[in-house]
Amino acid sequence: MSELKEELKAKIIEQLNLEDVEVADIADDDALFGDGLGLDSIDALELIVMLDKDYGIRLSDPKEGRKIFESVQVMADYIEEHRTK
Amino acid sequence: MNKELYIKSWCSIKNGTILLNGASVFSEDSEDFKTFIRSAYKYFETDYSKFFKMDNLSKLAFLTADILLKREPLDAEENNIALVFSNRSSSLDTDRKHQATIENKEEYFPSPAVFVYTLPNICLGEISIRHKLYSENSFFIFAKFNAEYLHQYAESLLQSGKGEKVLSGWIDFDGADYEAFLYLVGDEGKIKHTPEELNRLYNIL
Repeated sequence: MSELKEELKAKIIEQLNLEDVEVADIADDDALFGDGLGLDSIDALELIVMLDKDYGIRLSDPKEGRKIFESVQVMADYIEEHRTK
Repeated sequence: MNKELYIKSWCSIKNGTILLNGASVFSEDSEDFKTFIRSAYKYFETDYSKFFKMDNLSKLAFLTADILLKREPLDAEENNIALVFSNRSSSLDTDRKHQATIENKEEYFPSPAVFVYTLPNICLGEISIRHKLYSENSFFIFAKFNAEYLHQYAESLLQSGKGEKVLSGWIDFDGADYEAFLYLVGDEGKIKHTPEELNRLYNIL
């Protein structure tokens, strides 16, 4: 699980082009949207694509993302439970 | 009677060099646009985290406009500076990146963050958000820099009161080639707003 969380942090930084943010800067429970990392709606769509591409998880309703992308911890828990690759 | 209009300031970016009103203000040998624009962003203390999410065309347009507009006494709430941009390659650089994500049916994962930049005029929105420009904007595609057309368009906007100033010019990006030339037109300045002067300034860098 710890490895997955580190992997997710690295992917979020790289795929969402977060300049001057390091893996160590993101705590497991940090909010990804709003006051946390400040991600926006396009970032949310990008994360949905990442779930599909890298973990074989297809969200039928994009609104599900709101809960799943609350933090790296919540994302990792969801991926562990639902991943198909 | 029409008022006399002037080019108040101008900025060119090409081959790792940035000219502001004819003076070299930044230069880097890097042939890589990503490295160059990142260094320029830091040098000019641009301080806008969304910058790194933009595509190359928007980064080039945004930084060039920012260098000019941060020297203007802008209102914090609203500004009426029209944007009239042009280029040759439209958004082809990003269009190709988007195409690469959808050409293989087995690996069909279009990126929303890339797709949103598959129009050249998106860069106008980025600049408008940053500087609170609630104003006219247009993006034209020409085979080459068209001073006559841009001159006429800016004159029309300013003489009819559709804008207080016009930020206009050429922003082109394709592959490894990039070129920016933006200028601010208004009531103040020393260089007359004429097609001849626009061509002269465009060809300096």
